[in-house]
Amino acid sequence: MRTFLEACTRGLGQGSVYALLALGFVIIYKATRVISFAQPAFMLVGAVLVTYLVGPLGFWVAVPLAAVATAGLALGVERAVVRPMVGKPAFVVAILTLGVDQVVRVVTNGFLPSDVRHVGDPWGLRTVLIAGLSVQERHIAMLIATAALVLALFAFFRYTRMGLAMRAASYDQEAALAQGVSVGAVFAVSWAMAGALAAVAGVFSAVGGSVDQLLWIITLTALPVIILGGLDSLPGAVLGGLIVGLVQEITATYQSNIGWLGSNFSYITPYVVMMLVLLVRPYGLFGTREVERV
Amino acid sequence: MSVGRPLLHTSYASDMALFNTGTKKVAFAALLGVGLALPFVLTDDILLQLASACVAAIGAIGLNLVTGYAGQVSLGHAFFLAIGAYTGAYLSGDRGDFRAMGLGVDNMLVWLPAAGLVAGLAGVLVAPLATRLRGLYLAIVTLGLVFVGEYILTEWNGMTGGLGQGRRAAKLSLFGYRFDTDGPLLGLEVTRAQKLLLLMLVLLVIFAIAARNLARSKVGRAFSAVRDRDIAAGVIGVNLARYKTIAFGISSFYAGCAGALLYTINGRFDAGQFNLALSVLFIAMVLVGGAGTVSGAILGAFFFTLLPRFTRDVIPTVAPFVSTSSTEQFNVFQLEGILYGALVIVFLIFEPRGLFGIWIRVRNYWKAWPFSY
Repeated sequence: MRTFLEACTRGLGQGSVYALLALGFVIIYKATRVISFAQPAFMLVGAVLVTYLVGPLGFWVAVPLAAVATAGLALGVERAVVRPMVGKPAFVVAILTLGVDQVVRVVTNGFLPSDVRHVGDPWGLRTVLIAGLSVQERHIAMLIATAALVLALFAFFRYTRMGLAMRAASYDQEAALAQGVSVGAVFAVSWAMAGALAAVAGVFSAVGGSVDQLLWIITLTALPVIILGGLDSLPGAVLGGLIVGLVQEITATYQSNIGWLGSNFSYITPYVVMMLVLLVRPYGLFGTREVERV
Repeated sequence: MSVGRPLLHTSYASDMALFNTGTKKVAFAALLGVGLALPFVLTDDILLQLASACVAAIGAIGLNLVTGYAGQVSLGHAFFLAIGAYTGAYLSGDRGDFRAMGLGVDNMLVWLPAAGLVAGLAGVLVAPLATRLRGLYLAIVTLGLVFVGEYILTEWNGMTGGLGQGRRAAKLSLFGYRFDTDGPLLGLEVTRAQKLLLLMLVLLVIFAIAARNLARSKVGRAFSAVRDRDIAAGVIGVNLARYKTIAFGISSFYAGCAGALLYTINGRFDAGQFNLALSVLFIAMVLVGGAGTVSGAILGAFFFTLLPRFTRDVIPTVAPFVSTSSTEQFNVFQLEGILYGALVIVFLIFEPRGLFGIWIRVRNYWKAWPFSY
């Protein structure tokens, strides 16, 4: 039981990072109806920026700064590459973002020499005892950071003009345009927010470890998360992230008991969960069923 | 067919013919002639790369059938390539090899179709997902397939020979005649590279003509209808589940054959190769070459297979600040990665029809020359 509960705390911590990444995908999808495969690159950029900024500025200044810088980069990419493609099929734009991802990641890798770089977080792998369970501090920090960001996002969408504009544009772009919403600004803000979220998630993925050229692969786990939660559902992204994190950590804890699964089965559990859910619910747990007219 | 007016068709049969204009017949014959002459002109290392390009083209044509013709986005091509590669290697592998199991059936006529069929069967098994899902949902699920496949391969050492070790690719032997050694061919003494290119070229021509023939048939027209608007296609009587399954099956058959052949040129391969990057490379081939055309897929495959040669040989000579060593900063490998991403971006924004679209522009310009339209 103790092992199980400790696996759950790890899963919730890891899952909250997935939730952050998934939120970035969903925000872009809601605004532009496109899945941005450039998110892995932004996540890596954020983490690498922090490794450079943390020395002179300290962790708590470096992270927001890196998030803002990554948001700026995402904004630039949206304006330069994605905006000309408005109105093109979603698949074409998705492949375009794959190209962006490739370019940005190769350039970022240039700043990752072979020595190990750390984000310089204050937690490391230390644990605390909570109700008899040993819980890693970093997982608590991930959970708290995600909760804070999710609350901030909720408030933003609920109470600000821009949030309202973004919700309107995600329902019907033309109607929103007719009401005076600047859809271009909505696209830009969505990309910037997704970039910032990816940067924060990148930092938290590297907490307790190091930043290497393969860090971006964690972002791909957010893809089954958004499919699981439904592509256009923000609560779905958060819940899906937590579910995937939990399932993955619990599998990682118990997979050695089932020999034929192999030693790293937890690595692909998100995809297995996704395929199973999709066979039953083709639009995810919370996704909107598309209405098709011929 | 009238000689002077190539676009004037007086019967349905001539409109739907495999080569529906005289120019196409001439161009095809000329290209084939050049292709058959190349092995006797170029050096061996270029020949091997051209042979790889021919095989990649078979795979790209396969992806184009499902993505370009039938409109079903698949990021799972690497998974089907892997199935083909391992089926071929398993069938033709030596018996009693302690590292990687094999059956010792090294006749190409057995293992090549078998590799295609096993991959095709996997495609048919995946198809039910495609009939339930559309667009980006399907893209991500097929991406999941790559991860699941990669995991199974890294765990299944008896088949793959272990990560980093790899196993030998299928043996190119036809009734005892070996294509992967120097030796006589039709009375001529030729090298391994010459033989390989000739073999791959012949296979590419067979697969390409088969694909073009499929595209003009009832099945091909159904694919296009599904791509353009799948609900509308369903309403006019195209059985969606059936044609999506056929598209995935045939595409995976091509991928399986390409996978089995691809590594025969280098000889060895390991499980780490069949990752997302390989799938994306094939998508890039199809999109940069020209989606929905056989010649576009071939162009794209040649383009991306020969691109590394260009960046590694030509760029350091014209731009000496680019290093050729992978340990130094700003080397050709980084440049290659950037170029590869940038090309996809540039083509999608400025020429969505790809290299094939550039050809169309050139053709249309000269059709009306000296007038602008």
